[in-house]
Amino acid sequence: MPVRGRALGLALAAPLIFLAFWHLSTAGRSFSLIPPPLEVGRQLWDLAFGGVWDDLYSATLPEHALASVGRVYGGFLLAAALALPLGMLIGRVALVRSLLDPTLQLLRPIPVTAWLPLAMIVFGIGPRSAFFLVFLGAFYPILVNTIFGVRSVDGRLFEAAAMLGVSPSAVFWKVVLPAALPSIFTGLRLGLGFAWVVIVVGEMTGVQTGLGAIIMEARQLSRTEIVISGMVVIGLLGFLSDALVQALGRRLLRWSPQHG
Amino acid sequence: MADGMITSAALNILDITGVTKRFSFNGEPIVALEGANLTVRKGEFVCLIGPSGCGKSTLLRMIAGFETPSEGRLSMWGAPVSVPGPDRGMVFQDYGLFPWLSVARNVGFGPAARGRPRAEVEATTKRFVDMVGLTRFADAYPHQLSGGMKQRVAIARVLANEAEVVLMDEPFGALDAMTRENLQRELLEIWERTRLTVLFVTHAIEEAILLADRIVVMSPGPGRIVADERVSLPRPRDPTDPEFNALRRRFSALLGSHH
Repeated sequence: MPVRGRALGLALAAPLIFLAFWHLSTAGRSFSLIPPPLEVGRQLWDLAFGGVWDDLYSATLPEHALASVGRVYGGFLLAAALALPLGMLIGRVALVRSLLDPTLQLLRPIPVTAWLPLAMIVFGIGPRSAFFLVFLGAFYPILVNTIFGVRSVDGRLFEAAAMLGVSPSAVFWKVVLPAALPSIFTGLRLGLGFAWVVIVVGEMTGVQTGLGAIIMEARQLSRTEIVISGMVVIGLLGFLSDALVQALGRRLLRWSPQHG
Repeated sequence: MADGMITSAALNILDITGVTKRFSFNGEPIVALEGANLTVRKGEFVCLIGPSGCGKSTLLRMIAGFETPSEGRLSMWGAPVSVPGPDRGMVFQDYGLFPWLSVARNVGFGPAARGRPRAEVEATTKRFVDMVGLTRFADAYPHQLSGGMKQRVAIARVLANEAEVVLMDEPFGALDAMTRENLQRELLEIWERTRLTVLFVTHAIEEAILLADRIVVMSPGPGRIVADERVSLPRPRDPTDPEFNALRRRFSALLGSHH
């Protein structure tokens, strides 16, 4: 427990110093473009529960957060549902690899943000474009790591399985999949992280709800304290979501010296 | 006479006749093994010794079914060997354990993969985990084990899978001297108890004399079998014994004269 307390203390040191610096350089100034932390805190409270300003934004945070979380996990799950089987096929079947890998590698360097205008044309201005961008952002990390995991299984394990009587058709489930799990997991974690990065860009496409949407809207209204509040919430949600995935990984990958 | 021949043929678990293995290395043909003949009787402990490049591992891998001979015939109980199978268990120098499975699940892997009933798998697993002295580590994962313990798991999983022939490819080569001695002794105890057929590849003369009923000496360039001799010293064998030393000199000379 003291070790944990020490780790927590060390982890909190940098944010606290940053908060102090922020406070000292903004509080009490009559003209500051950046609001001081206490004001952001009050705004955050109002966004979450209302009762401070009682304006258009009061108590709207749950709605926006829920919309963003829905898109992030929706896009992420769709990406996983497609990238996992595709990655396994590309990794294991030479024909599929020759057929699809060059095209996918050619499309990969295009930044997700560059897809924005095209997404708006194809999917219209609205949440579907945001969903598509999140999907695209999560897709490649999952795909690339799945291919890598499936392809880099130690050849010795195939021999061991064969001499123990595993039939060739069972090798995938008994050897390839478990051996690739750490890489696949890394891909999922990166993909989910990326989904959170892309969501703000995705929600700039004229959607009404979502954390990205209120950030953009508040920017136009020069409500910088709302912009920062939105950033804080995205940071927290992304952090929690990563912690969740990591906890899951520690359970599933107890056997791996890198994860357990 | 005829009767005697039938009896001895019936005891031959492995028959290797005129086996040659050629590889292509950077377009250059390499003869890894040339015209190897070897018969192994059920229950024999045979050591294959020789310097690197003599084809001893290649021969073992062909018996395992990991590689196919370019010429010649390999058969077990008279049936040609073509693919790997649970009747020929392999113990690798680098263990080849499944890192995502516990010690117990690694040992029970073969029976489980071959669809044995759960209760039977569990009983077999326990029996062989106990046999190699890893009862306390049944739930540990391979990365938590020492090299010697990993090799015990590898031996146990082959035994648990009812292998008739145990193929061992320099299994103790990566272990420290003390661990190696312990494992050699334990392997002999297990072999004496189970009377399995063991083919053991090593480049250490002393290890071969300590373990084997029979030592097959091989030489490189191209890989060939150059001698095949019985070791009739009573067990347990003592490496400081003068007779042991005489054998050591003899096999040293056999190995040396073919370089």
